[in-house]
Formats: sequence, structure tokens, C-alpha cells
Amino acid sequence: MAVKSYNAGVKEYRQTYWEPEYKVQDTDILACFKITPQAGVSREEIAAAVAAESSTGTWTTVWTDLLTDLDHYKGRAYRIEDVPGDDTCFYAFVAYPIDLFEEGSVVNVFTSLVGNVFGFKALRALRLEDVRFPIAYVKTCGGPPQGIQMERDILNKYGRPLLGCTIKPKLGLSAKNYGRAVYECLRGGLDLTKDDENINSQPFMRWRARFDFVQEATLKAERETGERKGHYLNVTAPTPEEMYKRAEYAKEIGAPIIMHDYLTGGFCANTGLANWCRDNGMLLHIHRAMHGVIDRNPHHGIHFRVLAKALRLSGGDHLHSGTVVGKLEGDRAPTLGFVDLMRDSFIKEDRARGIFFDQDWGSMPGVFPVASGGIHVWHMPALVNIFGDDACLQFGGGTLGHPWGNAAGAAANRVALEACVEARNSGRELEKEGKDILTKAAASSPELKIAMETWKEIKFEFDTVDKLDVAHK
Amino acid sequence: MSEMQDYKSRVSDPASRKFETFSYLPQMTTEQIRKQIEYIVKKGWNPGLEHTEPEHLMDNYWYMWKLPMFGETDVDVVLKEAEACRKANPNNHIRLLAYDNYKQSQGTNMVIFRGKTV
Repeated sequence: MAVKSYNAGVKEYRQTYWEPEYKVQDTDILACFKITPQAGVSREEIAAAVAAESSTGTWTTVWTDLLTDLDHYKGRAYRIEDVPGDDTCFYAFVAYPIDLFEEGSVVNVFTSLVGNVFGFKALRALRLEDVRFPIAYVKTCGGPPQGIQMERDILNKYGRPLLGCTIKPKLGLSAKNYGRAVYECLRGGLDLTKDDENINSQPFMRWRARFDFVQEATLKAERETGERKGHYLNVTAPTPEEMYKRAEYAKEIGAPIIMHDYLTGGFCANTGLANWCRDNGMLLHIHRAMHGVIDRNPHHGIHFRVLAKALRLSGGDHLHSGTVVGKLEGDRAPTLGFVDLMRDSFIKEDRARGIFFDQDWGSMPGVFPVASGGIHVWHMPALVNIFGDDACLQFGGGTLGHPWGNAAGAAANRVALEACVEARNSGRELEKEGKDILTKAAASSPELKIAMETWKEIKFEFDTVDKLDVAHK
Repeated sequence: MSEMQDYKSRVSDPASRKFETFSYLPQMTTEQIRKQIEYIVKKGWNPGLEHTEPEHLMDNYWYMWKLPMFGETDVDVVLKEAEACRKANPNNHIRLLAYDNYKQSQGTNMVIFRGKTV
């Protein structure tokens, strides 16, 4: 047995936590950090410091280190790479032994990986770019309560994206007027409508009154159209007790789907709610308020692909993913990268799409990506082409802003969606022939025709702030 | 801007009922149906047919027409079965399904013949 002795003091992190020879284990959790160091610190030392501070290490040697087998528990920096096109920072790859983490706890994993280390003084900035969750860990997590296939079976929607809409104005409607807006959207042909994220239980509309009116609207639209409908009842609440109370009531009145904000609500609440949904046969829509604070800065924070993986583990059946074409941030290739991470079973490393590791989800169900924000009928060909069938397309203003009202707006979107899917199945190129496809569909839909006249010229072409790291040309 | 139109849909009117994918488009022509079958076959899915009385369209389980056509790749064979199903059930909605045995779900599902709604 090797004898280790105790020497008090500070030693370089790299002596313990930099192991370029380390052979990554199948069960390790792997992380890729983008590190912007303070001047004068070597890359190996700072990478080792990140590995140490996000696992077993502290700034000084402690005698109690010798009471355990640190080699079994420590994180190791095992690779360093240049960031293409950016000399101010570099990538550091860290391997964490699976035993560092509580099973099935997204909370615990992230408390380590993005805990104290992000405030570490030797760093100017730090960004968690990607995390590889080993299948051994994935299997300890519940994941989506129902998943894409089950949701299709529950809602009876096949061979096309789901169609939804967020009810506006986001704040200030009374419960009964709000239910009216829901009813009009659903009778017009939407599958789903959504509470806005900041609708919880304000004085102008308490949650219970909203749930009652919205459920009546949903049931009437079902009777009228013969199709399954739903409205995401937002159960995000100040306390877990209150959240479960609202979820129970949604189930009691027969609502098929509820909604939660997983970042402001927190991973603990989200995982609990996802488990509740699985136990109670409910679908769970997930909103991502606060993500822009965490994921938008290219040098600091957490990339959204990591937040998306966290949600898939914690549990949710839908997750907002950006639209690529609408009013919110999102570059095409990396968006498609994390969309695949949300819904596929195995995703290969692909740096061109910002994916740093192979990710094996095994049999864990997939999450519907939700494209929402600033989109309207003219975007439909591109959206169907980009997202394929397994997505939920949400047209808020694009439904409610129709000159003839919500039902007409909903019908316009539904006709546009079905025309695009039909054309795609028939072998036509959507993004090239989009105008022709929509124009032809509008010939038998006055609602679509008016929508196309209303929104013709609107485009959102600001430059993306958070781009993939690519070498300067 | 043209004049505002009322949205004509009524609980009391059976013709207001829809039936999921493609029900907001006009009834497909035979040529269009053929294209959809080609798509299903190309995807490697197994085509199948189901039908129901229009008043029971919200049920999950419609009547299965024979068995799903496992491994059938001949578009004409599928089309002929669809016609046979329609001839035997002229008043019913008839839908074309595609079983995706890898996803253990339906790759698509569309009503190709619309029954009498009144």
C-alpha cells in the first residue's frame, strides 16, 4: 500500500488535478468548460483548478484528504484545446467519477459543476459548454413524464408538428376573458394554447378561476372540432406546496397538460413536478425564463445545450428551444444541435453543431422542442423544414393578431402547417417553394390569405450574439 | 383589407368536426393520396387502414380494415385496399396510418376519405 504523508500548505492544483494521460471511463460525467483565465496563469494550472474546485479540491491541503481515496473521487482535467477564432480563452475537458454525484439529482450535479468554481478569482470568465451524462447516470433519472411518443398517443396527433399559441396580453386579462381567447384559438384549429410564463396567480386573475374557465373553453373546443385539445396551465408557484396544489386541481378538472418554469422554479421543484406528472398521467410543458441570463454570454455561464440536457434528465415533455427564424436569439446549426439532444436517443459529437460529446440517452423519452416567439404563417415552410414533425410550433401574435380574430388566425396557421407537411411528404422543397405552397393553400382558405397579406413584410434579421466558435476567415 | 368574416364552426353542426392531420385542407385527390402513400413507404413504415362512423371519430380505436399491410411497398396495392375499404364503408371516415415499429408509434395518420357528416 502506497504511503502518503501530510504536508500542510498550498500546492499547485496541476499536481493533483491535471492528468493528460487519464483514460476517460464510460461511467464518468464529462464536462467541457470554456475558460478565460487571468493573465499569467498557465492553462494546465487553471484547468486543474476548475476540475478541483468543481469536485473534491479546496485551496489548501487538508489532512482529511488522507482519510479517503482521492483518486476515486476527484475530477480530472484531461484535455485542453484552443477555441477556434478566439485567443482569449481555451477549452478544458474535465472527467468526474460518477460516485461524486447523488443518483437522479440534477440539483446535485449542477451544484458541483457550476457551483463555487464560477466565482473563482483566477478566472476572468468561465462557461460550461457541454456535459456528457453517462448512460449509467441517465438511468437514475426519471426524465420526461410522458415523452414525445406518449404525448402523440394521448393527444392523437401524428405526422405533423403540434400547433400552439401563447395567450396575450401576457398580463392583465380577467379569467373569463382569458378563457374566451383560449376557446377562440382552439376552435380555430390549434392543438394547444399556453399560459404566459409570468401568469401565475396575480390579483387580476387568480389561478383557480383561470383553470376553471380555460378548461371549459378546452372542452367546448373539443366537442366542436372533434379533436383533442389542451391548454398549458402554469402551476409555477412561490412554494412547492402551492405548486402541487395547483397541479392536483388541474388534474381534478381533467386538464391534460400543465406547465412549469424550470429555471426560476428550480431543478428541485421541476424534478418533483415531473415525477408527479408521471404518476398522474399528466403532460408537462416547460418554459425557460432566465435562460438568457445564463446562456447568452459566449464567455460566461452555461450554454443552453447543457440546460436542455438538464431538463431532459429532470423531466419535461416540451421545452422552448428558440425558432431560428423568429424574434429571439438562435443560430441555425447549434439550435439544431440541441434540438437533437432534446429528442433523439443517441447524438454523436459534432463540433459543427456545437456538440462536444457523444450523448447516449438509452430509452429515456424525448422532449418536444417548442419554437415560439415572433413567428407567423410566412415562417411556416422554414419551421417545418428545420424542426420536422417532432416539434411544437407556437404562434402568439401570429394567431391573436389576425385581423379577423383568434379563430381565423388559428385556422390560417393550421392550414399553412398542413399545406407545408403535405407538400414536404410529396417531395417538394419547402424553403424554396414556400411561397407557392402557401399561396395555393390560401386559395381555399380566406383566413390564410388575409394572414399572408397582414404579415408579408415582417422579418427578424439581427445578428446572433452567441455564435458557434469558428476560426476567423 | 377585405371585409371581416365570421368563423363558421358550430357545436350543433357535424360538418364542423375535424379529424386531425390534413383535415384543414380540401379532400385529397387520388394523385395526392398516392404521394402520401409513397412517402410512408419510403420512410419504411407499415401502412394500415381504419374507418369509423363520423359520430364516433373521437374514439382512439376505429375499426381496423383487415390487418396493417406489413412490409407492403407497392403503392397501388395500398390504394386498392383503401378503395375496397371505402366501397364497403361508404359513409365512414377512412384514415391511412403508418406504423413506425422502431418508435412504436404512428409515423403519420390522415383521413383520406371523408364520410357523411350529416
